[in-house]
Amino acid sequence: MKDKIKSKLDEIRADHSETVPIGEITAVVESILTSMSGDISSSDFKLYHELEVLALYIDNAKMEIASLRPDEIQHEHIPSATDELDAIVVHTEEATETILDAAEKLEELAASSDKKTAATITEAVTSIYEACNFQDITGQRITKIVKALKHIEEKVDALIAAFGEQVNDGLGEKKKADGATKKKDEELSEDEKLMHGPQLVENAQSQKEIDALLFGDD
Amino acid sequence: MAVNKEMAILVVDDYKTMLRIIRNLLKQLDFGNVDDATDGSAALKKLREKEYGLVISDWNMEPMTGLQLIREVRSDKKLKKLPFIMVTAESKTENVVAAKEAGVSNYIVKPFNAETLKQKMVSVLGDF
Repeated sequence: MKDKIKSKLDEIRADHSETVPIGEITAVVESILTSMSGDISSSDFKLYHELEVLALYIDNAKMEIASLRPDEIQHEHIPSATDELDAIVVHTEEATETILDAAEKLEELAASSDKKTAATITEAVTSIYEACNFQDITGQRITKIVKALKHIEEKVDALIAAFGEQVNDGLGEKKKADGATKKKDEELSEDEKLMHGPQLVENAQSQKEIDALLFGDD
Repeated sequence: MAVNKEMAILVVDDYKTMLRIIRNLLKQLDFGNVDDATDGSAALKKLREKEYGLVISDWNMEPMTGLQLIREVRSDKKLKKLPFIMVTAESKTENVVAAKEAGVSNYIVKPFNAETLKQKMVSVLGDF
């Protein structure tokens, strides 16, 4: 039996070097337990029991991770969140540019106004310039969040790679998770089901397209 | 000595709205000769091509940061005495210390107002 286990361990080492998928470890532990025969001392039995508990724990962890749908986090949630954040940066920059355009026009008016009016306009325009600082700060904060999300994405990738196909394909508990999601959807009102928030520019329909949908092409 | 308001000022920031805001605030202070650059290396190229009286630079830029820019400026024989104001959202003590050690003339934390910009310019250039 020792030779058989040793040969299996050598095989795993040859296949996976330092990193061994959890599934392989579980299989080895299970094979040790199932191939036990002959005299087993009480301390051996305690050790085997601990190993069995460990195998069960790993298996449960795999199922729990599968039910969390890390594949969705990897493929849907994080890319979607980073796209939304990028869109915020673009929209706030566009809005700030528009505000600055208007402020600069007001400032030009100051030049052709009487001294008192010019001073009032300049003071107001200066306040607008100062307030527009927000765009730079917001952009930097969002960039930090995007970096954090990308870091999480890398960790999820590593988790999926370590736990193998069961998690990657969302098998096992996937159906259970689908059921839970469906139930949640059923709890939503009609309005809630329709509310998706603002769309990214490339996905959004233009006013012209909406007019065409409502009133046809004429 | 009076400050020459015709002197060229280089504003460095990777956000074009920020460049525009600082340019407009400088214009209000009668400094109309303003150039801009979007990172440290572009700024360094301009500084070596033209004579400037002041640099107002952001810190967080790529590929060359504002901190790298000030280090390059201070190690350049021709540029080492150039007044340099860092304008940044980095407000940790370690940032300010690093900027001071690198040789900045002054440091403005974003978001800032027009009065702060003027005060720091006065402290670097003299009253105007």
